[in-house]
Amino acid sequence: MTLLVEQCLNGLQFGLLLFLLAAGLTLVFGIMDLVNLAHGSLYMLGAYFAATFAAWTGSFVLGALLALGATLLVGMAVEVVAMRRLYGRDHLDHVLGTFGLILFFDEAVRLLWGPEGLSLPLPPWLNTAVQILPGIYYSSYRLAIIVVTLAVAAFLYVLVMRTRIGMLIRAGASNREMVGALGVNIKLLYTLIFGLGAALAGLAGLMQAPILTVQIGMGENILILAFVITVIGGIGSIRGALVAALFVGFIDTLGRAFFPDLLRMALSTAAASTAAPALSSMLIYLLMAVVLVFKPEGLFSTGNK
Amino acid sequence: MSEPLLRVENLSKRFGGIVAADGLRLAIASGELHAVIGPNGAGKTTLLAQLSGQLRPDSGRIYFDGRDITALPMHRRSALGVARSFQITSLFLDLSVLDNVALAVQARCGHSFRFWRNARAEPELREPACAALERVGLAARRNDLASALSHGEHRQLELAMALAGNPRMLLLDEPMAGLGPEESARMVEMLRALKAELTILLVEHDMEAVFALADRITVMVYGRVIASGNPADIRANQDVRDAYLGEQEVAHG
Amino acid sequence: MTPAWNVRTATVVLLLTALPLVPVYTRLAHDPFLLTLFTRIVIMALAAVSLNLILGYGGMMSFGHAAYLGIGGYAVGMLAHEGIYSGLVQWPLALAASALFALVIGALSLRTRGVYFIMITLAFAQMAYYVVAGIARYGGDDGLTIYKRSQFFSPLDLSNKIQFYYLCLVLLYGVTYLVWRLVNSRFGMVVRGARSNEIRMRALGFPTYRYKLVCFVIAGTLCGLAGALLANHNDFISPATMYWTRSGDLIVMVVLGGMASPLGPWFGALVLLVLEEALSSITEYWQIILGPLLLLIVLFARGGIDGLLRTIGGKRA
Repeated sequence: MTLLVEQCLNGLQFGLLLFLLAAGLTLVFGIMDLVNLAHGSLYMLGAYFAATFAAWTGSFVLGALLALGATLLVGMAVEVVAMRRLYGRDHLDHVLGTFGLILFFDEAVRLLWGPEGLSLPLPPWLNTAVQILPGIYYSSYRLAIIVVTLAVAAFLYVLVMRTRIGMLIRAGASNREMVGALGVNIKLLYTLIFGLGAALAGLAGLMQAPILTVQIGMGENILILAFVITVIGGIGSIRGALVAALFVGFIDTLGRAFFPDLLRMALSTAAASTAAPALSSMLIYLLMAVVLVFKPEGLFSTGNK
Repeated sequence: MSEPLLRVENLSKRFGGIVAADGLRLAIASGELHAVIGPNGAGKTTLLAQLSGQLRPDSGRIYFDGRDITALPMHRRSALGVARSFQITSLFLDLSVLDNVALAVQARCGHSFRFWRNARAEPELREPACAALERVGLAARRNDLASALSHGEHRQLELAMALAGNPRMLLLDEPMAGLGPEESARMVEMLRALKAELTILLVEHDMEAVFALADRITVMVYGRVIASGNPADIRANQDVRDAYLGEQEVAHG
Repeated sequence: MTPAWNVRTATVVLLLTALPLVPVYTRLAHDPFLLTLFTRIVIMALAAVSLNLILGYGGMMSFGHAAYLGIGGYAVGMLAHEGIYSGLVQWPLALAASALFALVIGALSLRTRGVYFIMITLAFAQMAYYVVAGIARYGGDDGLTIYKRSQFFSPLDLSNKIQFYYLCLVLLYGVTYLVWRLVNSRFGMVVRGARSNEIRMRALGFPTYRYKLVCFVIAGTLCGLAGALLANHNDFISPATMYWTRSGDLIVMVVLGGMASPLGPWFGALVLLVLEEALSSITEYWQIILGPLLLLIVLFARGGIDGLLRTIGGKRA
């Protein structure tokens, strides 16, 4: 019981974290029609920045804030230097160009921080457990992640649905020329949106940093999950990204936690322990396959993309 | 009256609040050139899309040669002999002119799971394609890339592709659009020659061409047929004058 | 004859004649490493030729092509691990497993297009990666050493590096010819037409989905062959072979060489792998150069090497 509650919360936390990545990805795709494989690199940079700044300043929170700002700036710089030139090109060009960026960022990180990887220790006040139900304790840091990501999701909703910038974002998604004609500086708007997407990825990375090791390539595995989410949720839909991210978060976490046991009940122990890791890592892809069979455009497709 | 080649019954199609077809009825006899006219947004292109199988109607039936084709996908309809040309020119721009037409021929030559023989050396594909290009006057440009042709030539190529499959019925979506006066006149001549051999449904804004070519005319407004008859009837019809023809009628009077 | 024709033809002829001479040179120069490098180039060129079939001619942007390298390789590795060394068993199974995977992935992902297609092929290939990495019996993450290369009838000995090189080369020539016939056949014209304008293809009466699916399966099968060769070449197979960046490498080879050009993937594999060798001898951090280089190629040299060869001399690009 305790384990189940804990794993459910872990699933929620992981799902929300994935949402941050998928939201940035889908925002950039929905508005700029740009496929950004290097999104995972920004996630990785967020984690590296946080570990470094936290060590410099001696404060976890200050380090995190600085890291957030730094990924925002890196994102905007990447947009100005590289992405801007890719708008309106073939998707294959996006894939290749941003693939080049991944190689660059991975190697740059290895050059600057070395190949070993870093760790980001939690401050004592976060490294505790709180009682959430009678007799059930849960990591306060993971709870904090849940709170922060929910706040960001709310912020995104308000930003896109209720503000002038959001209106431009939605208008830009449907009509690039019109927004340009209205006298909005579309170049700046795109730079900002790309920066926002980068900051979201960076935030996900820096929050995940204390849970996992900070290492090269950490962004690549999670990027694939973000793709799966985008496919399931429908490209360009923030709402779809949220729903799909929660699905994937739960299934992946619970699958890894309980699927081997379930399998063991069904099969002989030896066979189960051989097959379980392979099969539980397949679960979310099977989910994606099922969605593809029934709704090839994703659950919340915005239509004609 | 014998069974018409194409019969449309009670066709309805909506996009959200927009009504593109509202209980539409249409009958086109074999051998006839039937023009569909109407103001922008009347649902003419949507009608063609539904006839060719690109769009599914919400309700209603489409019969071709007595057979219910409402549920058939595009490629099955085309196999039955319904060919469509597109309003926005829809070609294979990175292939040669001859390749474009040869593909249209190939579409009617059974399945294409033939993996070894060079398709560009097959007389079975090349000869009818060359003949179709000859008919529309593009034979000299057959080895150029389709992207190198002018707008008028793109229209001719469209027509050649529609002809290449030896269709029984041609659905033409504004073949005159964007053509200069000389090119238009050439297109009218070409259609006049074709109508001897084929049943044609022509959607067109160029009234001069429509009245010069059509055996019968159907007028659509907001997804409905408001009149249908021979050109003289349509010209005389008060509803049509009110709804649509207006000053154009006076001009061509 | 225009000069452009001559430059391109001369390069092609040079390449076609130089490749069979590589073992002669390495024998004379006592440079066995060069033979290893060129064997790798030939195998990767074979994989890239298969990707060119769907990417270059068919416009299907598969980002999961390295999965077949892994599947073909693991078919060889797993069977060898179980004591079955005959290539006549291993290789057909490698091809069949690749074909089956391509059939399932293709059937699902071809229901979508554009960017979905990229993401889905990527995700499924990555699934294959995780599955293989999770199978402890065959080494899991650490991979699987292959102690005996595939065995064929008597004169053919894959452990002989020169024989193996020539086998790979013959297969590369053969597969390239096969793909060339394929793309110029009726089937190939349908696939090209679908890349150019799929809606029109369907309006003409082609059920494009099945043609693209068959094309996808053929390409996957051919890449499975490259996988079987690669496993033999390395005497080792690991999940890293099918990691998604390997798929990225294959795409780079195809685009770098020149999409929809029969020999483009050869140029691409040759240049990318030689460039990797050259850069990594200059600096340990060679990818920091390669990454931005890719971006520049994307931005400024879309025709690839073959396009460049055509353009030299000023013929239309």
